Amino acid sequence: MGAEFVQFSLTPILIGVFAAIACALPGNFLILRRQALIGDAISHVVLPGIVVAFLLTGMVAAIPMMIGAAGAAILAVILIEAVKRLGQIEPGAAMGVVFTTMFAAGVLILEQSDTSQVHLDVEHALMGNLESLIWFRADGWGSLLDPAALASLPDELPRIALVCALVVVLTLVFWRWLKIATFDEGFAQALGIPAAAVGFGLMVTAAVAAVAAFDAVGSIIVIAMFICPPAAARLMTNRLAHQVWWSVAFATMSAILGYVFAGYGPLWFGAQNAVSAAGMIATVSGVILGLACLFGPHRSRVGAGRDEAA
Amino acid sequence: MQTFLDALFLQAGYNAALVAIGAALLGFAAGSAGTFLFLRKRALVSDAVAHATLPGVGLAFIVMVSLGGDGRSLLGLLAGSALTAWIGLLLIEWITRRTRLAEDAAIGAVLGVFFGLGVVLLTVVQSMSAGRQAGLETFLLGSTAGMLYEDAVVIAVGGSLTVLATSLLRRPMTLVAFDSEYAAAMGYDVRRIDLLMMGLVMAVTVIGLKLVGLILIVAMLIIPAVTARFWTDRSHRVIWIAGAAGGASGYLGAVISASAPSMPTGPIIVLVAAAIFVVSLFFAPGRGVLAAVLRHRRFQARVHRRQGLLALAAQHPIREAYTVRLLAREGLVRPDGVPTDAGRAQAAKVARDERRWDVAREVHQDAGLTGRYDGLTPIEEVFTRDEIDEFDRRLGPPMGLGDV
Repeated sequence: MGAEFVQFSLTPILIGVFAAIACALPGNFLILRRQALIGDAISHVVLPGIVVAFLLTGMVAAIPMMIGAAGAAILAVILIEAVKRLGQIEPGAAMGVVFTTMFAAGVLILEQSDTSQVHLDVEHALMGNLESLIWFRADGWGSLLDPAALASLPDELPRIALVCALVVVLTLVFWRWLKIATFDEGFAQALGIPAAAVGFGLMVTAAVAAVAAFDAVGSIIVIAMFICPPAAARLMTNRLAHQVWWSVAFATMSAILGYVFAGYGPLWFGAQNAVSAAGMIATVSGVILGLACLFGPHRSRVGAGRDEAA
Repeated sequence: MQTFLDALFLQAGYNAALVAIGAALLGFAAGSAGTFLFLRKRALVSDAVAHATLPGVGLAFIVMVSLGGDGRSLLGLLAGSALTAWIGLLLIEWITRRTRLAEDAAIGAVLGVFFGLGVVLLTVVQSMSAGRQAGLETFLLGSTAGMLYEDAVVIAVGGSLTVLATSLLRRPMTLVAFDSEYAAAMGYDVRRIDLLMMGLVMAVTVIGLKLVGLILIVAMLIIPAVTARFWTDRSHRVIWIAGAAGGASGYLGAVISASAPSMPTGPIIVLVAAAIFVVSLFFAPGRGVLAAVLRHRRFQARVHRRQGLLALAAQHPIREAYTVRLLAREGLVRPDGVPTDAGRAQAAKVARDERRWDVAREVHQDAGLTGRYDGLTPIEEVFTRDEIDEFDRRLGPPMGLGDV
């Protein structure tokens, strides 16, 4: 746990934790609103978004790409709603039609355009490269106090930390509105809460979190983190505040354990190479959800019979 | 253009022809099997199934290599992917049945976790000496470049079997999709039929891995079924129309992809399917957007005509510009809103119709008949001549306009 840890593992772990928390927080509300798969749809349409942003600006820079991805996510939400209303199609199918089409368009544009010399490919987009976000200039814990070394931190870290802070602040500020609009939309409207706007705002926040996390860790983690920690937390408690705390704890645990298992796990088995950290984080979150499904104190539906719940 | 025509008639080479035929078969199988998924409102389960194939591909490769094999045998990889996809399906079912989590959460959880596990296994494969050229990543987006005759046979046989099974199972699956409780009351095992339905979906996914890849196979399961739904209200026709739409997009997509460079087959097939969907969304008769707009316009015109004539009968001025235009076009009023003779005659007729309806609703006990009063339907369409004579007798003699 010395210089090497700070140099190679500290920043990826922090980025993983921030990304996991930024996704898990909106995930709590998406799950309760039965919109869990919006996270899935968003993480698919991020690809066309960044490809188009790249073609328009001609550079692999974070800000235009994040704007492009967020734009694509918002466009997808609008298109899904349009297909649902115009064609009177159920939401799941409308979502499936829209996000697969946008993803296919993204892959096609990517193939058609000459992007081979830049680091922009589908696999990278899906899997992320958490392991490569190392802190080059660090030479021990002392570097945390050294401005010169701090300046060389990977850009992804301050960015995802900022987005994570933004999501936390939004969750705290709109806590009451979110809570009421999620559980009883009619009551929320009666109180004068703009329930539809809260829903759309939640969607946009989820999109921003997904895009920021995607930038750092790829889209697998995004899907898993939107759903697994909040779903596991849902089985632990009946109180929303507690659920959110549990989800943050599960997200943090998945990110740290996943990174450690990916980086050091294979060595314990005598293998030479580390495995994908993003994939391992998703896997760990799945294991946590599995344990919650088996042993969570509030795992069964209210009113389910004892034998059914067993 | 020439290359496109060559490809269209399977003249663009052996590989292109194999791919086109394979894609058409796959599209047909996916469209027809996906129909039930859509009708059962579980379209996105296919997304989880598709992503859950990835760890199977990695596992199968590792097992085959550790047994001393080549590791790239398509059948072996497909068997592995089918295994993990099936486990994923059972997990979704188990989570939804045993815990308080809703199906969408279960789908998302299985999708994310299995895909993550698959990526972990792919990195393991890449670190194996035999795995460097395995090219397992092509299963993500499909790859038709090196398609072999054996691969085409796998797709053809698998696709045909899936279509056959779909057509054999269509009655119980339709019943479950529309009314699962009635199906249960009839003695069908709903859970088993659901699993069978998902089994078909899984079969299509596994067959399609090589051609379109696991991310886009979802589109081939969902889009044709949604498209077909615009064209008919009868479930057995939806199946075949979806199959045809899927087959057409598979074939056309493969042809377009063969006729130009940098045109990956999977995405092109999906975009062709999406184009057919958009055309259907707007132009399908009955459920399409254009048809709905026309229907609305016709209804609007009927209401305006009727209300305009009633206003004329009561000798009120018509202030609504659209109504005046409508009546003027029929020659019932002058452009300044003053009724012509024909207009006065029509107005009197409509006013009389309205008064007859008033009497009818007062004296007639049959709610099924009087309930058809909507302010638009002429009374002659509902009641017989004799009945209308009876209403007229109660109404008294005809009155001139303005005496109402």
